[in-house]
Amino acid sequence: MAKTATLELIYGLIGPLNKKNIDLTPATTFAANLELDSLTVMDLVADIEDDFDIILPLNMLPDLETIEQVADAVDTIVAKG
Amino acid sequence: MDLLDKFDNITDLRASLPFEKADPFKVVIEEVISETEAIIGGRRTILAGTNNYMGMTFNEEAIEAAKKALDDFGTGTTGSRVLNGTYGGHKALEATIADFYDMNECMVFSTGYQANLGMISALGGKDDFVIIDADCHASIYDGCAMGNATIVRFKHNNVAQMERRLKRLPADAGKLVVVEGMYSMLGDAAPLKELLEVAKQYGCMTLVDEAHSMGFCGENGRGIAEELGVEHLADFIVGTFSKSVGTMGGFAVSNHPKFDVLRFVSRPYIFTASLPPSVVASATASIKAISRSGNRRAHLWENARQLHSGLKQAGFAMCTETAESPIIAVHLPDVMIGTKFWEQLLMEGVYTNMAAPPATPAGMFLLRISVCAQHTSQQVAEIIARFKRTAEKVGLKV
Repeated sequence: MAKTATLELIYGLIGPLNKKNIDLTPATTFAANLELDSLTVMDLVADIEDDFDIILPLNMLPDLETIEQVADAVDTIVAKG
Repeated sequence: MDLLDKFDNITDLRASLPFEKADPFKVVIEEVISETEAIIGGRRTILAGTNNYMGMTFNEEAIEAAKKALDDFGTGTTGSRVLNGTYGGHKALEATIADFYDMNECMVFSTGYQANLGMISALGGKDDFVIIDADCHASIYDGCAMGNATIVRFKHNNVAQMERRLKRLPADAGKLVVVEGMYSMLGDAAPLKELLEVAKQYGCMTLVDEAHSMGFCGENGRGIAEELGVEHLADFIVGTFSKSVGTMGGFAVSNHPKFDVLRFVSRPYIFTASLPPSVVASATASIKAISRSGNRRAHLWENARQLHSGLKQAGFAMCTETAESPIIAVHLPDVMIGTKFWEQLLMEGVYTNMAAPPATPAGMFLLRISVCAQHTSQQVAEIIARFKRTAEKVGLKV
């Protein structure tokens, strides 16, 4: 389970992209729920990388469909240092 | 289950576009009058949306060389570069390009797409990192997907963001930074000096794709790296014959002493047929002609500046402040106006490219115009006049 603090930070970054103002939950998906195209998701990932000072490789993106999956990946990478 | 069902959203999106008289993805060029004019839909049309920057498609020497090669060597090689597909012409072309770039090594691929695919997939191994600019061409993304390296992406032309990422990578890992000299959608140049200097500071090898800058940037037309005096910071330069060179194929040049081994490990180089002798001959003649085309380069830049300033004065929303390349892109407010504008402009007899997401950055809707060195100033003036007329007809406020 992703840390609440991680989720909160990601919610904050998604805010400006949440055009339809849907409720953000760990299960929210980028493509189906938020209707973000792949380029927007990649730019969001860049912001997440800079906020957490980590690298989220492009190779991981196909597996990151929900906010929780991204948060889990961030936590794992942060823990590894 | 029908495997094509997953593309229904694309079919729907296409169906929703308000085209009535033409479809930008189904344009057929019925007759080619010259480098700059063609018959499309029965109309005489100025071509302002090709990649024929240097206007070499009807270069007499290139055509003569191709005809002779057809007679002497036939229509094709029927084989791979590493089996029966390397003729004397392929080696002569590689020597011509190495000479043009003043580098020791050159490999010729069958397309520019495959040159990126073949270089990046071979260079980026399992434990390596490939760091790319976000706006890189699909061939660079596909080269990344084909290889086994970890892919790191930084925001377009953002040197600070690239550096922050390089800082986070292991100091002793193999790292390849991939950028383009000129980006084909907006026609904007890279801050190549800063990018390459920082990449070198962090021990990276570097690859620069000069597909949209070869022929007219730099004193000898070698690209942005030459123009900015940073060719020594590029370990590999990749380019294409399908733009300024006016035919088909791709290449990579380098001074790396071990470069030749890539011929045995680069799958897009090995597992495809080599270029036909006629194509090789015309590419060789064309590159030689480009190297002595200082005047043509100067006229191409004049055309680019004339078009940019003319459209800017007319009030169009330009994508770059000045003409940074022969690609001049104009922002259009939305898909409806954009579609109508492109279509009406074609009816006025100007062919341009409509560019929409995801091929464009940040969801932009663009009309991409490219000028040719063979456009006359009158033709450029005519393009500007027809743009203004089209804006009035489709109700675009400029």
